[in-house]
Amino acid sequence: MIIETKSADPNQTIFSALSCACAENRQQSTLPAQLTAAAAAVLWQPITMADSVSSEEVAVISNTDITSTESENNIINTMVERGTALLRKLEINVAEAEKRTGKNTVNMQETYTVYLIEIRPAETEGGTPAAPDTLWRRYSEFELLRTYLLVTYPYIIIPPLPEKRAEFVWHKLSADNLDPDFVERRRVGLENFLLRVASHPVLSNDKIFFLFLTEEKGWRDAVLETGFQDKADSRLKSLSAMFRVKNPDKRFTALKQYSDELNTVISQLLRIRARVADRLYGVYKVHGNYGRVFSEWSAIEKEMGDGLQSAGHHMDTYAASIDDILEEEEHFADQLKEYLFYTDAVRSVCRKHELIQYELEMAAQDLVQKKQQKEELATGTVRIFSLKGMTSKLFGQESPEQKESRLAALEQSIQEGEETVKEKNTECQEFVRAAWDDIERFKEQKDKDLREALISYAIMQISMCKKGIQVWSNAKECFSKM
Amino acid sequence: MSISAPRGLASSGQKPITEILHPLSAAEEPLSPGPDVTVSGGRDKEVGLTNGTPVETPSPASASVLFNRLHLDDDLDPDTRDPYADTETHDLFVTVDDPKKHVSTMETYITYRVSTKTSRIEFDLPEYSVRRRYQDFDWLRTKLEDSQPTHLIPPLPEKFVMKGVVDRFSEEFVETRMKALDKFLKRIADHPVLSFNPHLNAFLSAKDLNKRQGLALLTKVGESVKSVAGGYKLRVRPPEFCALGEYLDTFNQKLGTIDRIAQRILKEQSEYLTELREYGTVYASWAGSEEELQRPLEGMAGCVTTCCGALEDMSENMSQDFLPVLREYILYIESMKNVLRKRDQSQAEYEGRLEAAVLRKQEDRTPIPAEVEKCQDKMECFNADLKADWERWQSNKRQDFKQLLTGMADKNVTYYEKCQAAWESLITVLQDKQTEDKTSCKSLWEIQQ
Repeated sequence: MIIETKSADPNQTIFSALSCACAENRQQSTLPAQLTAAAAAVLWQPITMADSVSSEEVAVISNTDITSTESENNIINTMVERGTALLRKLEINVAEAEKRTGKNTVNMQETYTVYLIEIRPAETEGGTPAAPDTLWRRYSEFELLRTYLLVTYPYIIIPPLPEKRAEFVWHKLSADNLDPDFVERRRVGLENFLLRVASHPVLSNDKIFFLFLTEEKGWRDAVLETGFQDKADSRLKSLSAMFRVKNPDKRFTALKQYSDELNTVISQLLRIRARVADRLYGVYKVHGNYGRVFSEWSAIEKEMGDGLQSAGHHMDTYAASIDDILEEEEHFADQLKEYLFYTDAVRSVCRKHELIQYELEMAAQDLVQKKQQKEELATGTVRIFSLKGMTSKLFGQESPEQKESRLAALEQSIQEGEETVKEKNTECQEFVRAAWDDIERFKEQKDKDLREALISYAIMQISMCKKGIQVWSNAKECFSKM
Repeated sequence: MSISAPRGLASSGQKPITEILHPLSAAEEPLSPGPDVTVSGGRDKEVGLTNGTPVETPSPASASVLFNRLHLDDDLDPDTRDPYADTETHDLFVTVDDPKKHVSTMETYITYRVSTKTSRIEFDLPEYSVRRRYQDFDWLRTKLEDSQPTHLIPPLPEKFVMKGVVDRFSEEFVETRMKALDKFLKRIADHPVLSFNPHLNAFLSAKDLNKRQGLALLTKVGESVKSVAGGYKLRVRPPEFCALGEYLDTFNQKLGTIDRIAQRILKEQSEYLTELREYGTVYASWAGSEEELQRPLEGMAGCVTTCCGALEDMSENMSQDFLPVLREYILYIESMKNVLRKRDQSQAEYEGRLEAAVLRKQEDRTPIPAEVEKCQDKMECFNADLKADWERWQSNKRQDFKQLLTGMADKNVTYYEKCQAAWESLITVLQDKQTEDKTSCKSLWEIQQ
């Protein structure tokens, strides 16, 4: 997707554009219930790894310098064009945020924010858009959904949620979770998350995801019913466990290393960007002092007065312009943050693979041991140390019947072991195949998204330069009239 | 250089105002040099100085020069006029350049080349080139102040610099100081009275400026002003000079504020620059771990570096050109205030003496001594000189600040233009999506190099 620099209203950021469009389209009535059910029937398919749709590109929410309707259409259209079955049928928005108070799990009053999710059928023919189906979700529910996805699809790089607490702030931004700017950016981040999941070839088919979008009350029970919690616990345990894989898959090792590097470098970048923003703010604001002193000075001058006074106003304009400029730049920071959090998801897939690999190696090792034991028992030689072997050596040979039964038991064990190894092997291969499908898809998505993020950042910088040239040229004209 | 007789100054010092010819009235003078004026061709022992007749007439009265002056007078629009070519003749050009370091056993110092081109008869030669050090400029200024107390002498750049803090021999310091010295001389050379001062002449032309011997060229005015007793107190300052004083105070304050703001901006910019540099290096190191994104990220790093360079240039400019001029004007204001004070003193002396004389006359009919009249003359000359210089100063100030502030705006525009160009060329790199065809991608990269 090529971005062209169009001279539109430079103050219209993509997020404000989206919220404008959402505000325009939103109506209060709900979709008829039938549609929801019908849509459910159409959209939900049983999930098998073999059925996963080949990787598609995910569009990026990072256009700049285009009008609000254009930008909204761009996002939705791109997602639909290259998108999943889900997005062909539905439009998803996180339209607004609201504060609520209520009792929490420990029966204490708390204030929290809820977000309004809107679903409406995608426009087919021209005509008035239908009223959306809506429900409210709070951040913790999004977290629950994500945990479910992480556990259920360990071979998929699950899109990240926007940050829980504001980090990498520069001084002007509030780190308060209830701050309206933070809430707004989080709203956008949550919408982004939903769209990422909805446009994923595998994840978009998940029933629980669909229920999240449609079933306000019953969703929580449905999630818990899947029993993913148990898997979640064991997953956590295994992910934090220390184990060494004998033959690590080089591709996964390289990927994990890349992911760690990316994490480090994006963290660095975000930190420094915040400092740069702080400094730039200082530079601009000090110029505001020129405005005041020129005004005071102009009072004692005759011919020079007018020129000085007008120039002073331009200095005030210059100083004030930094607020909008830096607000727009936050958008770039958010895009970087998304990929920072994505690295955690990548790492998690690598770890899962390691675990499966390890289990396979353990099973194989176990099998080898058992086979050797059998051979020993059969031939009477002791190659490997075993307590049974030693005791039989020390306390005499066992009877032929005992030996037979032990052999039979071993045989059984070996057969089971072979089954296990075969299963683990298949599991591992399936995992690797499915994971690499997704990893390739992710790599393409990442390259495309980050490239576009850089482009939109450059466009922002150009806009800032143009503003600067404008103001200083105006000031110059005033000075030359002194 | 030997000077025999004190030279009359082309100021209103010696004659009552009413008898001083208006500079432009020189049109009535004969075009050829009069009998009292030494021809510049003749190499006398006297270094081209006239005896006797005070030189109110600007010299040499060549036809073209007079013609130009008449034309300039018609041009009333101050904006189109070059501030340094007022209604006076422009026949004395001075330049300060070519700094050189001198190392001796006793000290190390810098000298500057002072070049003069002139058609004035007061000078033996039409051209001079001498080397002078800061001390010499300081000497000149002191001499001018002493000999022309009723006039505003332009300021010199700061004399003392903290040895540990500022490098007196760094290129920037020398450059800045040289520009200020150049301006100093140019302002004097363009002054209708100061430019004829013999000390200036000596400064510009003498091979060795023997300062210790000193030129005993104090005029009567100089002496008499110097000998003003400090006991007189001024009662009422005339309103026009009050306004002048108030203006100077306020202007001084504003300039100080502007200086502080400018310094603060430079500081903030310097800190911004430090962070920005690091920002660029992170992109460069990120590029190392990417494939597809390597070029875009390297492009980002390069672009940020370019912006850093542009910012550095602008900050340097501001530091070297903007701040020194501000400080110079603050010094100028100090000079002006001094002259104002001296004027007050002369008025105080006159009023004091007058009062005493009147009292004595009332007592025993002693007539008012001629001294009192002389005091009155002095005061009136002082007032006239000061007013004239004030007008000049205001006009020059306007031009100087117009230039200064326009320059500042210009530099900012240039900075943003450079940055914009860098980002725009980066977008071309970023939008280059020939990732499928590696060969064409490579050739494009080569073209971009």
